[in-house]
Amino acid sequence: MIGLQHFLVVSAALFALGLLTVATRRNAVAILMGVELILNAAALNFVAFAHFVAGAVGGVVFALFIIVLAAAEAAIALAIVLAIFRHFRTIDAHDVSTLKE
Amino acid sequence: MTPSLFFFYLLAAVVVISAAGVALLRNILYSAFALLGTLAGVAGLYLYMGADFVGVVQLIIYVGGILVLLLFAVLLTNRIGEVRISNASAGLLLGAPPAIALFALCARVAVHTPWPTTEAVPAPLTARLGEAFLHELLLPFELASLVLLMALVGAMVIARRATQDPREPHEPRATRKEAP
Repeated sequence: MIGLQHFLVVSAALFALGLLTVATRRNAVAILMGVELILNAAALNFVAFAHFVAGAVGGVVFALFIIVLAAAEAAIALAIVLAIFRHFRTIDAHDVSTLKE
Repeated sequence: MTPSLFFFYLLAAVVVISAAGVALLRNILYSAFALLGTLAGVAGLYLYMGADFVGVVQLIIYVGGILVLLLFAVLLTNRIGEVRISNASAGLLLGAPPAIALFALCARVAVHTPWPTTEAVPAPLTARLGEAFLHELLLPFELASLVLLMALVGAMVIARRATQDPREPHEPRATRKEAP
């Protein structure tokens, strides 16, 4: 029988891999991919708790808002990445380390 | 093994393996396509839990929108010849042990905590969600639309090229053909 624990373990693995991506990647777009993994882990937890514990729509609503905010975050962050690339000709997070020319 | 169990483990394997691909693959395009597997697998897990609306929204927005946006960013910011080596990881040996420890901690807490679970009854969500969004959650719903609008306008402002200062005299338009 699949219970709450199964989903929580999958979500924990997703979160840990997302954190690993954010911590070790040097490409700014890859760091964004790690953030998406973390957001997905959180949304998966919300939906799992809503399904197995609460029985109301609250957790599902939270998952929907997470998706909305992830869309906004991706749009803004990719615009910033493009602006950085136009300025530095690279998006390697180690090379983009000056605040001012 | 019942079909239900089989499908859960299949979806979980897809999610975790492709998330590991996002974290570890050397080529950033492969990472992006591995992210496709993760997002679709999570959508499958939502559907597995009977959260039909969230699963479909996840497919449409994440797979259809955000992933395509990420692919655009990858292709716009890498000279194509360099894509092969463009996803270097720094300090993987240093980063992996904390991540593994974090996973072990979270999994231990998840397994050993006596969650007050109730008997899960899969019920269609969409009607209840619509009612919630139009009654007690109306304000957050409208705020979310405002946030999206501001984010998209802001993204356009950040991403466009710097325009000419309007106080400076415009350069004459280059050799436009006069109408005969």
